[in-house]
Amino acid sequence: MDITSFLIQILNALQYGLLLFLVASGLTLVFGIMGIINLAHGSFYMIGAYLAFALTSLTGNLMLAIVLGIPLAFGFGALLEKLLFVHLYKRDHLQQVLLTYGLILIFEELRSLTVGDDVHGVAIPDLFSASIALSDNLSYPVYRLVISVVCIALAAGLWWLMQRTRLGMMIRAGSFNREMVQSLGVNIDMLYRTVFALGVALAALAGMLAAPISSVYPGMGGSVLIISFVIVVIGGIGSVWGALVAALLVGFADTFGKVLMPELAGLTVYLLMAVVLLWRPEGIFRKG
Amino acid sequence: MVGKDRKLRVTVSALGLGLGMLLAQGAAEAADKVKVGLMLPYTGTYASLGNAITNGFKQYVAEQGGKLGGREVEYFVVDDESDPAKATENANKLVKRDNVDVLVGTVHSGVALAMAKVARDSKTLMIIPNAGADELTGPLCAPNVFRASFSAWQPAYAMGKVVAERGHKNVVAVSWKYSFGEQSVAGFKEAFEQAGGKVVKELFLPFPNVEFQPFLTEIANLKPDAVFVFFAGAGAAKFVKDYEAAGLKTNFPLYGSGFLTDGTLEAMGGAGEGVLTTLHYADGLDNAREKSFRSGYVAAYKAQPDVYAVQGYDSAQLLAAGLSGAPAGAFDKEAVMKAMSAAAIDSPRGAFTLSKANNPVQDIYLRKVEGGQNKVVGVAAPKLADPARGCKLMK
Repeated sequence: MDITSFLIQILNALQYGLLLFLVASGLTLVFGIMGIINLAHGSFYMIGAYLAFALTSLTGNLMLAIVLGIPLAFGFGALLEKLLFVHLYKRDHLQQVLLTYGLILIFEELRSLTVGDDVHGVAIPDLFSASIALSDNLSYPVYRLVISVVCIALAAGLWWLMQRTRLGMMIRAGSFNREMVQSLGVNIDMLYRTVFALGVALAALAGMLAAPISSVYPGMGGSVLIISFVIVVIGGIGSVWGALVAALLVGFADTFGKVLMPELAGLTVYLLMAVVLLWRPEGIFRKG
Repeated sequence: MVGKDRKLRVTVSALGLGLGMLLAQGAAEAADKVKVGLMLPYTGTYASLGNAITNGFKQYVAEQGGKLGGREVEYFVVDDESDPAKATENANKLVKRDNVDVLVGTVHSGVALAMAKVARDSKTLMIIPNAGADELTGPLCAPNVFRASFSAWQPAYAMGKVVAERGHKNVVAVSWKYSFGEQSVAGFKEAFEQAGGKVVKELFLPFPNVEFQPFLTEIANLKPDAVFVFFAGAGAAKFVKDYEAAGLKTNFPLYGSGFLTDGTLEAMGGAGEGVLTTLHYADGLDNAREKSFRSGYVAAYKAQPDVYAVQGYDSAQLLAAGLSGAPAGAFDKEAVMKAMSAAAIDSPRGAFTLSKANNPVQDIYLRKVEGGQNKVVGVAAPKLADPARGCKLMK
């Protein structure tokens, strides 16, 4: 491998890792702070992608679709929390798994009934449809770079929200001791609803951003669910910073696994997980 | 008195005769029914394929006035969910509980392999309307297992010839690391290297991973004359889009076998234009059967038929040929099988017969994507028969 293609592979790894972070960040919030195993996380990603498809068909512009889609997803998340997830906080993980697995089936069937089972494409906005030449015969689509920039901005924003704002402080406190925070006069129900809606909105945003490059298709949520859990477990449950580091590690493991040991490409990510768990069973950034 | 007595006797015997005839007729009717078990995906990624196959099958039955070979058709339907883990149980439901005469299925090769095992063990007649795994009519072939679609080897082998004829010498092959992908690459390589070309690198991606960027970088680095791929569904759409976005399409022409551009062109947008593929069906085929099939399908389902609908339609034709060739009355499996093996099917794809391994001997078309359609360019390999390596029926 010469130096140019090595550098391009590093770019590939970074770009893929950042996209994975975007998908996994919502899961780590809901899982880590609220203690809910949300198997329907992939479905929210799928819903985001189909929202992008539907709204882009309506408005003719993906950017507008995303601007409209985020509040829709946030509202949908808040509603789901109010109707369903609020009943889960005091129940054990088995019941959470049952409910959220049921939601996967319901969302898939609703998708099939409303949109059908065909594969659909979403056009990249004209503004970002160009490519940049990297070598004499390979170029890089600008849109992928834009996604990376958005992911970096979101990572910074989330870190700032959790570490530097009053809301973030209350969320962190609430994850340690729900009753104590409540008795200090914080509306904990509203707080949890916000966190859950934020998680849904993040997953949906990931789906919306990924729609033009991954296409929109049945069962697309399942493909991101497992890798999201891998990242959350590697990074340490509930840690935004950990999710970012883990997502980048997975991006590198996957990319260079494919290039350097193609026979084992399907294994590298899970080998990484096994090694990290042997070294730090709580994940990289979880205080044990 | 006597006269009256006789009259009564005559009436009673007439009544008895009539009743007997009625009963006989009832029995004949029951025997004349054929029980068809449709085991196809109706949910999940392949749901639209399962529905198209079912529509095609039922269209042929409807064209025959609701009967196949003079028999009423009774359907038993199971959703196989494209889940190999549930395949044996689902197939057994149809064979043991519903006692079907014919098992029709399915799309997913892994599920079809499990179904074929059930069919072989229970000696049930089986028709495969899609799944292309070479084994089904290769090492695992059986006299009661028929395929109305194709083997992975067929379009891939035809493409190997085409790419060599177009003067390409060094080719990179890309696919998913699962049996259908590996069989496609192997078929391509066989024909391409026979003709003097060389597959310089085979890149396999774990299924169903769709992060292609590392491989695209690798292709740009290897600078081949052309690239051969097998992907299907959303993965195919994503690959072709990524390939174009990376600027590779203008430098290294893209060739594919099978379903790369079937049902995925809308999702590809313009990225698919100009891509060449090989398959046993194409848009714009000029034969009478295709025209009548297409107009009938559009009228019945308000949608354009695709290759999957054709395969469903031909599965029904194949069964009809078997039933027509067998004596009326009880379902005589041996006679039906014999007639099916000898059948000449007038398909919308063009006429085909069956090989000794019960796989279609058919024209493989070269198609080019133009205006969102797989336009037929020519015949890449006429009357191509799968070699059916390892099949005992070939002797």
